[in-house]
Amino acid sequence: MIRELHEKIINGKITSVQLTEKYFQTIEKKDKDIIAYLTLIKEGALSQAQRVDEKVKKGEKIGLLAGIPGAIKDVICMKGVKTTAASKILDNYIAPYNATVITKLNKQEAVILGKTNLDEFAMGSSTENSFYGATKNPYDLERVPGGSSGGSAAAVASDEAVWSLGSDTGGSIRQPASFCGVVGLKPTYGRVSRYGLLAMASSFDQIGPITKTVEDSAIILSAIAGSNTMDATSSPDFSKQYENYLTGGVKGLKIGVVKEYFEGLNPEVRKKIEKVIEDYKKMGAEIQEIELPYAKYSLATYYIIQPCETSSNLARFDGIKYGLRMDDKEKTQLENISNLPKTLLETYLDTRQYGLGQEVKRRIMLGTYALSSGYYDAYYLRAQKVRTLIKKDFEKAFQKVDLILTPTTPTPAFKLGEKSHDPLEMYLADIFTITANIAGLPAISVPAGKIKVEDKKMPIGFQLMGKWFDEENLLKVAHAWETRKNN
Amino acid sequence: MITKKEVQHIASLARIGATEDELESFSQDLSNILEWIDQLKEVDIDGVEPTAHIIGRKNIVREDKDYEFPNKKEIINLFPESKDEYNKVRSVL
Repeated sequence: MIRELHEKIINGKITSVQLTEKYFQTIEKKDKDIIAYLTLIKEGALSQAQRVDEKVKKGEKIGLLAGIPGAIKDVICMKGVKTTAASKILDNYIAPYNATVITKLNKQEAVILGKTNLDEFAMGSSTENSFYGATKNPYDLERVPGGSSGGSAAAVASDEAVWSLGSDTGGSIRQPASFCGVVGLKPTYGRVSRYGLLAMASSFDQIGPITKTVEDSAIILSAIAGSNTMDATSSPDFSKQYENYLTGGVKGLKIGVVKEYFEGLNPEVRKKIEKVIEDYKKMGAEIQEIELPYAKYSLATYYIIQPCETSSNLARFDGIKYGLRMDDKEKTQLENISNLPKTLLETYLDTRQYGLGQEVKRRIMLGTYALSSGYYDAYYLRAQKVRTLIKKDFEKAFQKVDLILTPTTPTPAFKLGEKSHDPLEMYLADIFTITANIAGLPAISVPAGKIKVEDKKMPIGFQLMGKWFDEENLLKVAHAWETRKNN
Repeated sequence: MITKKEVQHIASLARIGATEDELESFSQDLSNILEWIDQLKEVDIDGVEPTAHIIGRKNIVREDKDYEFPNKKEIINLFPESKDEYNKVRSVL
């Protein structure tokens, strides 16, 4: 899609300003119902579009992404723009600097339309945990778009953006991509700089693209990837122009499947995924059954390590340096808290009590408990050891196969409110995606088709996981299926 | 089972104020989650090294040199309460 729009812009069939305005019109029309966006950046978007148009007029060369409008998950800092993480505690936070991915997108002259909705601090699988209200699934407004990058996925699915960025800590790009029928890529841990991404769980977090096609995903990844001295864990490996690696078939490639993943799976989802496997066979790939004996512990491992890292990362939101401080007189009266003036400790307690939502507090408390004196070995250290075993599972599997294919999600999008009462049930929505974060692997969700759910047709995705830093093969194999002949 | 008293202790460590009702519901939730996490106890981890960082490569470093942050004013503007260029906070004691 990006390439076609790029051709139109350089051939004078459409200007970037016209394209940008068209997207703002769609947002105006649809977003009252979908609520994908939290902030629109009209002025900035149009002036970027104008700069690109002037270049084109002068006959200057522009990049593939120049002038193409997209959206950014509101957990990524953009200088001079509100960056809320969909949390009350950051409702008034205006980022004083750009995340590395934003600097890189600016360099590519991409147009940024706005910031998209998410579960507060990216914690959730439905975007219902947003302080600003839930985003709706464009295919059925009574269903969730998935999460936590629900706004970014819904924006692309409803043509409110050509591309978007999400962040993925346990499935937060791939799960909403599956629910909204779009492509979502979580790069290898370290492939994309995390500088300027509000940290949730630092050893899992990765920024990645949500797009309509695999080629678009490759184009965005090329723009944002690369080593960066502002992120100590960014990889020194050279990133590539991934869109140039999409040619060639899958003949002779070995794709691994895990038998247990299909047991008890929603039968309609199962049918779709099995069809994809059949397609790959027809295209000449070799399907091999593999075993990941420790993968079943991924969710439990994640729900120790992630809350531990979260409890540490979110300690900075304390009402002191920026964001909400719960001793402003007016707010104090609003919430009916007594006894001004407060001590510093009371400022902390009140600010975090009223500024953070239930799920965020739950995870901070869980992490604080697991790290507290006497429990460290039983929880955190044990989980880190199980993490090693899960990683070894994949090392072994990748000696046999080139990629692993799984469902992205066990079901299509569920209804708003269906799981929000039960945190554990919500956590299970990430059962197939979370292992890639535990092991740091690159993984992509590609739309596998739609299945009938009540009176609606809902999309469902399949997931491919690749070897560490092998995004080019991952994208190539996903692209080969997407553009297959017997489509 | 995590008791309400334990939750109160955790909440104070985490600097999160909580009402009685909230303590009650956190005690329920945390107990359920921890019970579910107990499945990790069946894994034999004897002699297994812990993994803190998955890629396990060298840190990316930059020169340890100070520089003037270009948007100081914008940071000061973010202070919830300020006096001159200082961030005003409540007394520690």
